Amino acid sequence: MKQWLSQHRQALRLVLNRMWHTRLATFMMLGVIGVTLSLPAGLYVVLDNMGKLAGSIESNPQISLFLAMDSNASTIKSIEKRLQAHAGIKRYQFVGREQAWSELQQSAGLEGLAGGLEKNPLPDAYVVHASDNDPAAVEELQQELQQLPGVEHAQLDDAWVKRLYSILQIGRQAVLVLAGLLGLALLAIIGNTIRLQILTQREEIEVSQLIGATDAFIRRPFLYAGALQGLGGGIAAWLILFCAVALFNHSIDALAKLYASDFRLHMLDAQACLTLIGSAALLGWSGSYWAVSRYLSGINIRRN
Amino acid sequence: MIKFDQVGKLYPGGYEALKNISFEIAKGELAFVTGHSGAGKSTLLKLIAAIERPTAGTVLIGNQNIAKLRHAAIPHMRRKFGLVFQDHKLLYDRNVFENVALPLYINGIVGNEAGKRVRAALDKVGLLEKEKAMPITLSGGEQQRLAIARAVVSRPSILIADEPTGNLDETYAAEIMHLFHAFHQVGVTVIIATHDTSAITAGNAKVLRLDHGGMSA
Repeated sequence: MKQWLSQHRQALRLVLNRMWHTRLATFMMLGVIGVTLSLPAGLYVVLDNMGKLAGSIESNPQISLFLAMDSNASTIKSIEKRLQAHAGIKRYQFVGREQAWSELQQSAGLEGLAGGLEKNPLPDAYVVHASDNDPAAVEELQQELQQLPGVEHAQLDDAWVKRLYSILQIGRQAVLVLAGLLGLALLAIIGNTIRLQILTQREEIEVSQLIGATDAFIRRPFLYAGALQGLGGGIAAWLILFCAVALFNHSIDALAKLYASDFRLHMLDAQACLTLIGSAALLGWSGSYWAVSRYLSGINIRRN
Repeated sequence: MIKFDQVGKLYPGGYEALKNISFEIAKGELAFVTGHSGAGKSTLLKLIAAIERPTAGTVLIGNQNIAKLRHAAIPHMRRKFGLVFQDHKLLYDRNVFENVALPLYINGIVGNEAGKRVRAALDKVGLLEKEKAMPITLSGGEQQRLAIARAVVSRPSILIADEPTGNLDETYAAEIMHLFHAFHQVGVTVIIATHDTSAITAGNAKVLRLDHGGMSA
């Protein structure tokens, strides 16, 4: 165990030393990885914020429940009882036809229209707020309410929310595709840098193998190099995002004030940050594992 | 300790480097492998050190069949040997100390223990003063001694040297041979390949003569 630890410390020290000696190249490499990773991560930040914005506006999709024109007081009572007992309903409000009619008559710009009608065309209605915001759950509730006796029509006011959600959904898929493609690109970039490093250390590898180094020993420093490059690149991507969000917030502040809103772009949450940096390190590790394995199997084929 | 039984090595392309080689080297023995250049001396050493595999016959090292070793077992087999290569194979981007420390790192020995052993090995070959020097600044004889220090630092039971006096003048060559004798005297099995028969010192040394890949009497 102690030997294992000291071997790892040894490899890590070697790699850090090497990185320090080639700090300009290392720095540029981290920059490349950082920029590559910040693209999908940035898109994710934008979508995440849009999702949050949509969530705060339409935190409560409402269902308008129009009753049949001929519904009497007892029907209304029984419907109210059902609404009261329903677990999926957060709150509801009765809007009587007389009340709605007088509100309509007083609405600006509609006086003429209301005046032209001889009698009140409006039915009694309930405005129902669901306790669950999930579009599917709300839709289910709407269908259920539609079946109630005495209900003429249950109208779900969520068409635009649905559209926004499906656009966000497409956006999320785009993030996944982009992240996948750029991840592959990173794998190739890191694999290639490690391959070049292997070539410059060919002699050392050969001598080490001749005097009894295992494949694991040869591989170890390169795996550390790959993982560290990925880690550094992930942190660079985080920094780029952080600066970009801060910059945007500066301008958004001014805009939001004009709309009396306190909207701000939110940075990635802690979990997403860890995912970003962790997957970058993992990519670096895998890219370098692949590069070293290819090199080692090449040597073994030549030797036998 | 080392046993060759009708060993042959045929390289891809049809070049037969060794044919029908049989001999035994006991533990603690001093053995010379001689012959003209191209006679197969280096190939023979590579077969012993598990760097090459035989294409015929069996090579046993301490009762282990080299041809049957798993890929993962080969590095551990090689650690039994101290190897001095014909072309030294020093690492020119590291100083003397780090060159000698490499086998220890491979064995997982680092820190003070490694430092002590490296200095002991450097002391034995007379390079203690030069531990910070880069190999390129050393003379040919010093580079050879550095290669020997690296070969013995992990205290192998078998020391193998390929033309260790090849490019050295007489005084240096004598010094180097003297070193090998010293290791032999403390119980290390020493195998030296050389084309220079004058380097073979009289006494109880075993001599294996190779001629065009075969053994000659």
